[in-house]
Parts: sequence; structure tokens; C-alpha cells
Amino acid sequence: MTEAIPLQAVLIVSAAMFVCGALCMATKRNAVGILMGVELVLNASNLNFVAFAQYTPFGLDGQMFALFGIVMPAAEAAIALAIILNFYNNHLTVDVDRANELKL
Amino acid sequence: MQDPGILYVIAVAIPLASFLILLIGGKRLGIVAAYIACAAILTSFAISTYGLVRYAREGNLFAAPAHHGGEAHGQSTKPSATFVAFRADADHQAGESAEHSPHDSEQGHDGGLVWSGQIRWTAFGEDEIRLGYHVDNLTVVMFFMVTLVASLIHIYSIGYMHEELHDPVHDPLAVERGQPPLERPGRFPRFFTYLSLFCFSMLGLVLSDNIFLVFVFWELVGVCSYLLIGFYYERRSAYRAAIKAFVTNRVGDFGMIVGLAIIWTTLGTFTFEETRVALAEGKLSGVLLTVAGLCIFAGCVGKSAQFPLHVWLPDAMEGPTPVSALIHAATMVAAGVYLVGRFYFLFSPEALLIIAIVGGITLFMAGTIAIVQTDIKRVLAYSTISQLGYMMLGLGVGGWVAGLFHLITHAFFKALLFLCSGSVIHAAGTQEMPEMGGLLRKMPITAITMLVGTLAIAGIPLFSGYYSKDAILAYTLYFAQQNGGLLGPALFLLAIGGAAITSFYMFRLWFMTFTGEPRDHHVYEHAHESPPVMTIPLIVLAVLSLIGGYGLGIGQPPAIELALQNGPAAHGAVFHPPHDVHTLAGTFAFGAVVLGIGLAVLFYGIQLLSPDDVAAQFPRLYQFLWNKWYFDELYAFLFVRPVLRISQWARSFDWNIIDGIVDGTAAWTVRLATMDGRFDFFIIDGIVNILGEVTYWFGERVRRIQTGLIRQYIVFLVVGTVAALALLFYVTSLFAR
Amino acid sequence: MNDTLLLSLIAFLPVGVAVLLSVVPGSKRELIKTISFAATVVVFVLTLFLVKMYFDLRNPDGSWPTLAERAAAAKQALRSGRPADPKDLVVRYPWIRPFEVEYYLGVDGISLPLIVLTSFISMLAMLASWNIDKYVRGYCMLFLLLETGMLGTFLALDFFLFYVFWELMLLPMYFLIGVWGAPSRVEVDGRVRGGPYAAIKFFIYTLVGSVLILIALLAFYFHPAEPGGNPAYTFDLMRLHEIGQSGTAYSLTFQIVMFLLLYVGFAIKVPLFPFHTWLPDAHVEAPTPISMILAGILLKMGGYGFARIAYPICPEAAQYLAWFLVAIGVINILYGALAAMAQTDFKKLVAYSSISHMGYVMLGFAVWSLAGDPNKWSMAFNGAMFQMIAHGISSPAMFFAVGVIYDRVHHRDLNRMGGLANIMPFYAGLSTIIFFAGMGLPGLCGFIGEVFTVLGSWQFSRTVAVLAASGVILTAGYILWTLQRVFLGTPSPNILGEGHGEGHDLKRFLPDLSIREWVIAVPMVVMAVVLGVYPDLVFRFMEPSVTDLILDLTKAVAGVR
Repeated sequence: MTEAIPLQAVLIVSAAMFVCGALCMATKRNAVGILMGVELVLNASNLNFVAFAQYTPFGLDGQMFALFGIVMPAAEAAIALAIILNFYNNHLTVDVDRANELKL
Repeated sequence: MQDPGILYVIAVAIPLASFLILLIGGKRLGIVAAYIACAAILTSFAISTYGLVRYAREGNLFAAPAHHGGEAHGQSTKPSATFVAFRADADHQAGESAEHSPHDSEQGHDGGLVWSGQIRWTAFGEDEIRLGYHVDNLTVVMFFMVTLVASLIHIYSIGYMHEELHDPVHDPLAVERGQPPLERPGRFPRFFTYLSLFCFSMLGLVLSDNIFLVFVFWELVGVCSYLLIGFYYERRSAYRAAIKAFVTNRVGDFGMIVGLAIIWTTLGTFTFEETRVALAEGKLSGVLLTVAGLCIFAGCVGKSAQFPLHVWLPDAMEGPTPVSALIHAATMVAAGVYLVGRFYFLFSPEALLIIAIVGGITLFMAGTIAIVQTDIKRVLAYSTISQLGYMMLGLGVGGWVAGLFHLITHAFFKALLFLCSGSVIHAAGTQEMPEMGGLLRKMPITAITMLVGTLAIAGIPLFSGYYSKDAILAYTLYFAQQNGGLLGPALFLLAIGGAAITSFYMFRLWFMTFTGEPRDHHVYEHAHESPPVMTIPLIVLAVLSLIGGYGLGIGQPPAIELALQNGPAAHGAVFHPPHDVHTLAGTFAFGAVVLGIGLAVLFYGIQLLSPDDVAAQFPRLYQFLWNKWYFDELYAFLFVRPVLRISQWARSFDWNIIDGIVDGTAAWTVRLATMDGRFDFFIIDGIVNILGEVTYWFGERVRRIQTGLIRQYIVFLVVGTVAALALLFYVTSLFAR
Repeated sequence: MNDTLLLSLIAFLPVGVAVLLSVVPGSKRELIKTISFAATVVVFVLTLFLVKMYFDLRNPDGSWPTLAERAAAAKQALRSGRPADPKDLVVRYPWIRPFEVEYYLGVDGISLPLIVLTSFISMLAMLASWNIDKYVRGYCMLFLLLETGMLGTFLALDFFLFYVFWELMLLPMYFLIGVWGAPSRVEVDGRVRGGPYAAIKFFIYTLVGSVLILIALLAFYFHPAEPGGNPAYTFDLMRLHEIGQSGTAYSLTFQIVMFLLLYVGFAIKVPLFPFHTWLPDAHVEAPTPISMILAGILLKMGGYGFARIAYPICPEAAQYLAWFLVAIGVINILYGALAAMAQTDFKKLVAYSSISHMGYVMLGFAVWSLAGDPNKWSMAFNGAMFQMIAHGISSPAMFFAVGVIYDRVHHRDLNRMGGLANIMPFYAGLSTIIFFAGMGLPGLCGFIGEVFTVLGSWQFSRTVAVLAASGVILTAGYILWTLQRVFLGTPSPNILGEGHGEGHDLKRFLPDLSIREWVIAVPMVVMAVVLGVYPDLVFRFMEPSVTDLILDLTKAVAGVR
């Protein structure tokens, strides 16, 4: 286990996560589900940051970005959930396809 | 008191104080206003009397000639072909002339008793303007005359202006003839307010030591004259006369400003004394000196109503009669003569010649017009112009003393004549002589005092006018003798003719007014002798008119003449024509006067001849004289109407050209802006709109894929990203190879 | 008192009060007017204090330290960080450092009388505004803003600051004429006239002038201070005077072009022929107090501009163009007088009389003959400066007199007046004095300026002096004619409007002066008399500064020739 995990492995995992997330976003009609997809995509990118961090001079930049990448979606999720809750209150559903008031 | 000159300043200030009190007190003062004004001017008179006595004692004013042989100093240095000869001869002649020629005063023209003082007024760079007072023999005499006449006229006015105390006044003269009388508020205090202002200005004028201050007071007396001519300002003729007087005077003042500019620029001083010194040093000479003199003289022409600016004075008779007496006969109009006398050294021989010519023309022209006038005050006005012409003539031909002597005596008898005419108007309610007649019985005091005045102005021996006018005629004759050519004799003829005409129209006036049958019974019934407040000044003035030319003792030369020549004001301008010339001139003059009186008696006294027949005989001449030589018409044609027309041009130039350009520019800008707006709307906005429409059309097409389904967008996103990455790989692989 | 505080207060107190007024409810009209009036009174008192301070500034020998000296000392103090002399009446602080713009105020004998005049006339004009009842708060605020603009213009010694104040005046004036003036658009002889027209005409005219001044300002800023040197980069007027008078920095062509730019800018304000036609229109439409300000002060800005900027910076050009300027001055005098004579609108007549009187100002400035005695030019220049003060008193008074009668009869047609002397005797009396002052009667203020200008111009050209002097005849003509048409004779039957005059008790419709009107008129009349009798009151302050300027300019130009 002392062997370092090769970069490729991490990249494959993150690509898989990204694809899962993207698919999730593309297919879910439930707003919460889409949110989860978004989280997956973001986490995939965080994984990439951490993986590439070793190539930077101090080796910390990636970690820093990953940290931001964790905190920001948290805030974002809070807002998104608030929107969804509001949406639910008005429409009694979380189906994003029903959100068409702004459409012409 | 150390310097009696200060007393004179106080004497000037007292009427000013009175003016201010009356101005603030206003209408509620009523008759008290008159008392204040009278008290003020009487105080000034008392001071000036004291000053006269003191000056006479200290300055040896009435000293009889100690030795003979007057000399013409100063003047002989001035260059002029005619006049140098004349002056030189005058020196020569005067030396051998007989007993009637007193010399310059002991003090000479450089010394002499002068009370003066100055204050710094303001300064520009190194040039300082100082104002001050200057009391010499001329000042003393003038001051005495002005305060004396003014005091008498103030007292007279209390009676004459009595009507104005009522409120409202029914003013029959306020509107044109034939209309009902106008009701208006009385203006008694206002009259005395103006009189006080006038006295202040006139006394200030006499006391000033420099031409600038003289000019200031000069304008102020002009304003008083304006205000008082327009006293009955409801009357169209009155306000028109007031404006005419002021504007005509301004024409003269315009010249005077130019004169001031010349004096200031070349000599750097305004005071008479410094000017005299500077001129003696020759700082200003030649043509410019003559021009300067003539410019100053232009002001005198305006103020003293000389040809060609005499037209305002007859119209000025629209003012109340005491005003005519004080301002337009005795004092203000004489200011022009006074100034010529005061500034005598400024006038080059050429300028003096022109002064003499102007005087000669004036005296003759005004006399001829006076013959045919029927308004009693207008006759007197023209006679004033004529007498002022005499004074100017006297000054112009070298008779400095004679001209100013006549000024003083004229002030007495002309004030008297005007006040008498005022008394008549007051009693008769008309100014038209053809409506009078036979008033001798109704108002004897007025008639007799007026006869005294008439005799004085006609120049009957033993009356004051005789002495002064004779002196002028003597100088003129002497001038004619000394200078070849036609000019001298022509002037003398004008003067002699003028003397005849004067006596003719004055006796015509007296006869028409006081003798014969009453021509208008309404007027006759209405007439009555004036109250004592009016007749007493008449009597005093009549006495003065009688004795004005007397000496202080038997066989002495006239006291006024002595007072004028025994002092620094004369500046050595004094010389006397020989005795035989004097006698000859006197004989001529007496003949002329007798002729004039004789004709007057024939026409109006015993009515042997009818003036109407004569008028019918020479209709053209009569019309010419009746219309005052058509001066008013000429000036209206030459000046008034062109100026009004030009002013209309200026106005329409502004309206049509300048505003036209401005408005046109604005209009064109608006037009351009409209075009610009159209360009914007159709071309630029058109392009923008087309762009917008294309975009809109495209958007319409593209919106189909905007379904609003998030999942679909994500698919697009992913597919797009993958496609983009694929493309990127493909392209990079292409380059990598 | 500290001069920084004093000068700044004078300049900015009005605008400060204007800001204060914005929190006062608009419905409290009396309160607003009272506050505004109080502000103008305070400013007037402050300017009197300024006079005292300036008087105390004298050297032991009675002369004054020149403005240039005091400005240089202030600059030195600013550079070295020492505190400036609190009594030298020069205030210098950096304002916009990168461009060398300074907050730079100062007073000398040229500006001091104008400053006092401004605060004096503003005070009286504010009092004359009492019968304004439309948007009172807005009116008062704009009025105070205008006062700041005017005072600032006379105080500023930084060209940039000067320009700012100069422009600051423009806007309030536009609204004051346009909104509070005659409201309607009228057609006269097929042309549009009326309040808005006049306001726009005024605005555009003045703006054109301002733009030209701006160009000159920038040109001076970027022009080298010595031949071949770097751009001067200064707006300091004293420094610009120095550069302009050095004789080497500016070529004659440059000076002439600059002078002409400034000339047009200032000539529009004066106004000089042919840029004068905005004035009658603006006056006719403006409300009475604004006419007073316009005639009393705004016109003086042009003259002040010549004395403070155009002449000292471009002396050679001024000398070169002397004949042109003199000709314009004489044309103004005669043309204005003639045009005045032809007017039937009372206010328009007075406006043209202003044009005529301001001609003497240009004439007095321009009669600069190098060969002649500079003292004579000083006399003319002083006469011109005095004429500005005198006109600043007589012409507001004349406009006020017009306003009084307009308030009563609601028209200004001279042919429909007459006979007012019996109906309103006190009004007639005061107006007569006022109009006589305008006519240049000795003993009243108008005379001094005119006569000294004419006397001083004789050495420049005799013809010019004679022509200028002949103006007195025309002036007497139209003034007396006007007085006659208004006051003398019997009242016109149409005095209260067509056919309304007859049968009325005119005394009831035309009451004599109210107490407020007395309070406004009397100070102006008193000042007219005081200045006429004792002009040294102004000359004492003005003459040393003017004579210094004259000698500097003469030396500068003589050095070049």
C-alpha cells in the first residue's frame, strides 16, 4: 500500500464520476437528483485538482482549490435547495420540466 | 475769522442744507418751506455782504484810479495778426488816453487778494485732481449779485406761488387753451426745494476754483433749470421746453467736455490759476488753444443762449415767472458770460473774435425777433438773449470789465422786468400783450417799476443800463477803429442797431401792457395790484436798476466797474478805450435809443402808426420774425429728425440684421438638426434596425432548441463538450503529425 | 479673521444656504425668503469686513502690496509647507494636483469693488424678489447658487477655477430667466419671442463665449513659458500674467489669436456690438430682480475678464488691437444710445442704455497709446472700472424702477404711460434721480466714469474723444424723453390696459412705493449720490491696483518694441 496510486487510476475514477454526474443531470427530472448530479461533477473535478496538485511547486495549490470546490458547492447547494423548496411550495412538485413560467 | 473764504463755502452750503430739509420735509411743510428757503438764501446774502465789505476793505476794491494809463497785460503775447495790432495799439492808446481810464489794481494781475482753499478729490497715477474754492473780486461781486437777486426773488415767490398752497390747484394753464382747467396737487414746497438746489448750484459755480467743478455745478444748474421749466409738467409745452432746454444745453456741454479733455491732457490741471500759469508758460498754444477756448465757449453758448443754441431760452419761459427772472434772466444764463470772463486768459484772439461775432449776431437776431412777439415773457426772453449777446460782444472785443459790468446791471433790471411781468401775469391771468392794455391805472407800482426797468435796459442816461451798455459800445467802436476791414464796423452797427431795437421793443411792451384802452375787459376787471410781498422786491430792484451804474461818489467811475477791475480776476485784461471814442459811441447809442423810443411811441404810445399795417406791408419779413428765423424748424430738419430716423435704423438693424442673423442661425441649426434627425432615423437607425431584425429572425429560428428542459441542456452540454474535445484532439493530432 | 475662512465664506456661504434650503419645506415661502435674504445680508457684511481687511493690508507708506507679490508669497509658503499669511487675502491650496489646479482665491483693488457691488446688489435683488410666488424654494436656491458663481468669478485667481465659477453662473441664470421670467412664447413680427426664447438665447450666446474662453485657457496651459521650453502647465493667473508680460514667451500672432478668443468670450458678456442682442431680450423677459443682477453684475464679468485676464496676459495684442477695441467701444456708446431712443418698451430701452454705458468701459480700457502719458490711460482705465461700479448701481436701480411700474400696470409700453408724477410722486422723484444718474449728471455716479473715460481718451485720439463725448447729448435725449413719457404730462387713457385708464381713480390702482420698495430704492439712490460726490471712496482702493497694472503693461509692451 506504500506504492503511490498512479495518476491514471485517479483520473479514471474522476472521469467515471463525471460521467455519472452528467448522466444524472441529463436524465433526472427530480431537481434534487439534478443537484446530486451536479455535486458528483464537482467532486470529480475536485479529485482532479488533488491529483494534479503534486505537480505544482509547493504541492498545495490543488488542495486549496479542492477546498474551495467543497465549500462553494455547499453554499450553492443551500441556495439551490432553498430555490427547490420555494418551487415545491408553489408547484407541489420538484419536477424541473414543470418549471416553465419564464418560457415564452 | 482767519480765512473768510470758508465763510463763502458755508454760504454755498446753507442753500444745500435748506434743499435737503425741504426734500425730506416734503409737502407737509407748506408755507414753512418758503420761510426756510428764504432764511437760507438771506443768510447767504448776509455772508456775501460781509464778504464784500471785508474784501473791499482788505483788497481796496473801490479804490479810485490813482494814476492813469491802463495797460493790457498778458493778452498781447498771444499771436494773431489782427489782434496783436489791436492790443499793441491799445497799449499805446491807453497810455495817452484821458481821465476815464483807471489802471489795474495795485496788486496787479499776479498778486491781489485771493481767499482760496483746496482739497484732494481723487488721483490717477501721478495726476491729482483737487477741488477748491477761490474768492477774488469777480467772485465777490457775482456772489453778492446772485444772493441779492435770489433773496428778492425768493421773497417775491412767496406771493407769486401762493396759489400752489391750495390742494388741489385749479390750473388754467396746465392744459392747452380751450380745455377745462386741470386739477392737480399744489407744489409750493417743491418750488422752493428746487430754488434752494439752484441757489446752491449757482453759488457753487461762482465759487469754484476750477473748470471741472464749474462743469459739475454747470450741469446742476441745468438740471434745476430743467426741473423748474417743467414745473407745470402737465402742460405739453412745459415739458417739451424743459427737455429742449436740457438737450440744447447738453450740446454745449458736449463741447465743454471736449474742452476739459484738451485742458486736462495738455496742461494736467483744471484750476483756473494753474491753467493761467501754464498758459503763460506756453504749454498750450496755437490752433489747439483756440479750439480749447471755443470748446469751453460752446458750453457758454449753450448756457447763455447764444446763437446758434439760443432756441431753448424763449421756450424756457414755460416755467414760473420767478424762475424766469432768477434762472433764465439774472443768474444761470449769465453763467456762460461769467465763465468766459473767468476763463478769459484761455481764449486766444481768434477765439475772442468768434465770441464777439457770436455775440453780435445773437444780440441783433434776438432783438429782431422780440419786436413781433406778443407773449410778454417771450419778449423779455428774447431781450435777455439779446443782452447776453451784448455781454459776449463786450468780452469778445476786449471789454472784459464792460461785459461783466453789463452782466451785473442786467441781472438787476432784467430780474426786475421779469418780476414785473410776473406781477402783471399774476394779476391779469394772461401772458398775451394784445389782451392787456391800460393796466397802469390798476397796478401803478408794477407799471412804474417796470418803466424803470425799461429805461434801464434801453440805456437811458442815469439808469444803470446806460453805463454798462455804453461801455460795451465804446469797446466795440474802439475795436472797429483799431481793426481794419468790415468786421469791426459791422459789429458796431449790429450793436447800435441792437440798441435801437431794444428800446423799441421794450417800450412797445410797456405801452402795450400799461397804456391805451383795455383791450380785454375780462382781463382788465380781473387785474389788481400785487401784494406787498411782491411789490417790495420790485421796488428794491427798481432802485438797484437805477443806481447800479453809479459810483461811490460824485464824479467817480461806476462802483461795480471798479470792483471788477481792482482785483486779481481781471488778470490784466483791463484797458479802456480813449475818452473820445467813449463819447462818440455814447452819442451814437443815444441817437439809436431815441430813435427806438420814438418809433415805439409812434406805434404804440400815441398810436399814430399801426403796426398791423407795417406787418401787412412786409408779410415775408413779418413771418420770418414771427417764426423766430425758423430756427426750430431748421434744427428739427437738420438734427432732431435725422437722429430719430437713425435711431430707428439702429433699432431695425438690431431687429433685422443682427437678430436676423442670430435667429437665422438658429433656424438653420434647427433645419440642420431636422435633417440630421431624419438621417439618424432613416439611415443610421435603419441600419441598426435591420441588424436587429436579422438577429430577431435568427433568434426566432434558434429558439426552437431552447426547450427550457434542463436535462436536454445538459445533454447538449455534454455532447457539445465531448464534440469540442474530440475536435480539439483531432486538430492537435493533425498538427502533431 | 482668517482670510481663508473669509474668502471661502464669501464665495460659498450662499450655496451652503441653498443646500440648507433644500430641507426646508417648500410651502414655507416667507421663511425661505427670509433665510435667503439673511444669507445675502451676511455675505454683504462679510464683504464689508473684506474691505476693512484689505484696508488694513496697506504698507506703512499707504500703498498696497500688489496681488502678484502676495500670490508669490503664498506660493512660497505652500511649497515650503509653512502656514500662509492669514491676512494677505490670498488663499492657495492644491485642488487637482496632477493638473496643477489650485483652490486659489485673492482680492485686489480691481476685484474688491466689484465683490462689494455684487453682494450689495444681490442683497437688494433678493429683497426685490419678495413678490415672486412661483416655486419659491427653487428660485431662492438658484439665486444663491448664482451669487456663489458671481462672487467666485471675481475671487478666483486660478483660471480653471475662474472658468468653473463662470460656468456655474450660467445655469441658474438660464432657469431664472426661463422659468420665472415672462412665461409665454409670443410672436413679434413673425418671429418667436418670449421667456424660453430669451433664456435659450442668453444661454447659447454665453456658452459660445465660454467655449472660446476654454480654448484660450487650454492654449495658455499648454504653451511654453519661455521660448522652446516645456509647456507652462499652469492655470495660475498671476503666473500667466508674468509669462504674458515677459514679452518673449508668446508670439504676437499667438497673443492676438488668444486675445480675440477671450475678446469674443468677454464681449458677449459685456455685451459689445454686435454680440449684444441677447441682452434686451433677456432683460425684457427676466423678472425684475434677475434683471437687476443681470445688468448690475453679470455684465461686469465681461469687463472684469478684460481687466484681469485678456489685458494682462496679452498686452501686446491689446496694444495691437487698440484701435479696433476703441472703435467697438465708441460704436457701443453711440449705437446703444440711438437704439435706446427708438424703443417703446421701457425695459428694452433701459437694456439698450446699458449697452451704451458699457461702451464707455471698453473705451476706457482700450485707449492705450504707447506714446502718450500712462497716467492718462490710467485715468481712462480707472474711469472705465468706475463706470462698471456706477453702472452696477444705476442700472439695477433703473430696472427696479421699471419693475415697480410693471407690477402696477402690467405692461411696459412707454406710449401708454404718462403723468405718473402726480399719481406716484415719490416714485417719480426717486426714478428721476436714478435716471439722472444713468444720464451721467454730475454729482451722481454715472458722471464720474463717463467723464474720466472721455478725458483719458483724448490723448489716444481726438476724434474718439469727441465721438464719445457726443454720446452725452444722445443720452440726455433718450433719458429725458423717457422720463417725460412716463412721468410728465397727463396719464394716458390706456395706462391700465386698452381703454381701462379712464374713469378710474388711478391713485387706487397705482399706489406709491411700498416700504419694501423704499428700502430697495433708497440704498441705490444714496450710493449713486455718494459715489458721485466722493468717487475716491472707490478710487482709493481701485486706483493703485489699476495704475500698477497700467504701468506693468506699458513696461511690458515698451520692452518689446
